[in-house]
Amino acid sequence: MTSRKPPLYQIHQRAGADFTDFGGWEMPVTFDSISTEHDAVRETAGCFDISHMSEVVVRGPDAAALTNRLTTNDVNKLDPGDAQYSCVLNDEGVILDDIVVYRYPDRDGYLFVPNAGHGAQMAARWEDRASALDLDVTVEDQSEGTGMIAVQGPDAVEAVESATADAVGDLSRFTAQRTEIDDVSCLVARTGYTGEDGYEIVLPAADSETVWAAFDGIQPCGLGARDTLRLEAGLLLSGQDFDLDTEPRTPLEAGLGFVVDFEKPSFVGKDALLELRENGVDERIVGLRIEERAIARQGYSITDGDDEIGHVTSGTMSPTFEVPLALGYVDTEYAAEGTQLGIEVRNRVVDATVVDQRFLNTLEADA
Amino acid sequence: MEFEIPSELRYAESHEWADDRSETVRVGISDFAQDELGDIVFVDLPSEGEGVGEGEEFGVLESIKAVSDIYTPVAGTIVATNEDVIDNPELVNEDPYGSGWLVEVEPEGELDHLLDASEYQEMI
Repeated sequence: MTSRKPPLYQIHQRAGADFTDFGGWEMPVTFDSISTEHDAVRETAGCFDISHMSEVVVRGPDAAALTNRLTTNDVNKLDPGDAQYSCVLNDEGVILDDIVVYRYPDRDGYLFVPNAGHGAQMAARWEDRASALDLDVTVEDQSEGTGMIAVQGPDAVEAVESATADAVGDLSRFTAQRTEIDDVSCLVARTGYTGEDGYEIVLPAADSETVWAAFDGIQPCGLGARDTLRLEAGLLLSGQDFDLDTEPRTPLEAGLGFVVDFEKPSFVGKDALLELRENGVDERIVGLRIEERAIARQGYSITDGDDEIGHVTSGTMSPTFEVPLALGYVDTEYAAEGTQLGIEVRNRVVDATVVDQRFLNTLEADA
Repeated sequence: MEFEIPSELRYAESHEWADDRSETVRVGISDFAQDELGDIVFVDLPSEGEGVGEGEEFGVLESIKAVSDIYTPVAGTIVATNEDVIDNPELVNEDPYGSGWLVEVEPEGELDHLLDASEYQEMI
């Protein structure tokens, strides 16, 4: 399968970006260097082309009811303009994808944002369930015609407000409003994937160049920095930290119990999760700080000194803290913070300590 | 993109350079290689006195993106390692032919099999 190119491909190419295939899209991985881009987001601001993300629109009288059945969080809690993080599960409670659900601020209906390459599959899932339950909704996979640009960092408010027709500085976290950027109608949301304050902007793909140009002068950032930033914030990556085929995990194992609303009468996967909550999970995700000069990468074994008790799903050298950090699943008896473990890195075992996976908050507090 | 390829050096197909203008051969990685790897964060080098065979891996460069073995372009004995790059791995990115050099080898073999600058330019 050949990769799709984002609308800004040529602009990125002219900016000297290196590209990588990600979820069927040929996306910029670096513009300058991961560390330069990462530091810009932590210290000032950076902008990201995230048009690889999928967009599915659900409208109609039963839009909320249907979405509530298919996601773990409570959609009924959303007022117009609100957004929530959520999971889509199969009947076994295994995560198919993690999404953000937006209730439109200015019109009926919901927009939800699955990961790259998941739009069609998610839209089909919504449609199938709607016809099975005879619900009155329309579902549209708008991933093709929709672009997304993220502006993240302590200076993101200033950068975005200088571009938008309306003030957006007062938007609360996880809310969105409609406004224009150079006459392009956009949904501007106070959300992100970096651990910093900032915005994600949903726009017509055809207007990508106009909106991207509004952030000229802000450091462009690729998927490389997006990965180091999200990992420092302890945020999971779909397809890597959980994946239906290669890393099947429930939200309880993945530390995403906070987006599961057990009070809801029913949602796909609820019975399986209830049973799991009753019996406890065998493995769970932990943050790991590596105490030696080595990066623990996806697939590396985690040991208790003798036996393998887990494996790494994501790891990098933290540009902010200058120590190697990782996420991985371990047997629950080893999941307590402070537990000393080993990670097999090529031909040796390096020492690692279980720490709070929200590295950005907790390691800062240590410093 | 334009990469710096000094004409006075010889190059291995695995992207190391060798400087044979003095008794010992200084070895590093090319500008192209450092750019491919991106931010280098760890450098593992052998101890002085270790023998290495031609094309053998003698160390590891680890960047945020990837791990890469480094191979000796020439057989011989390691007579010096660059301690500065162990403490400051970013030197390999910033100055791959200068302060980012990796090891010096007392050669036992020939360097004839290596590429010259124009051949290396062709290859990348």
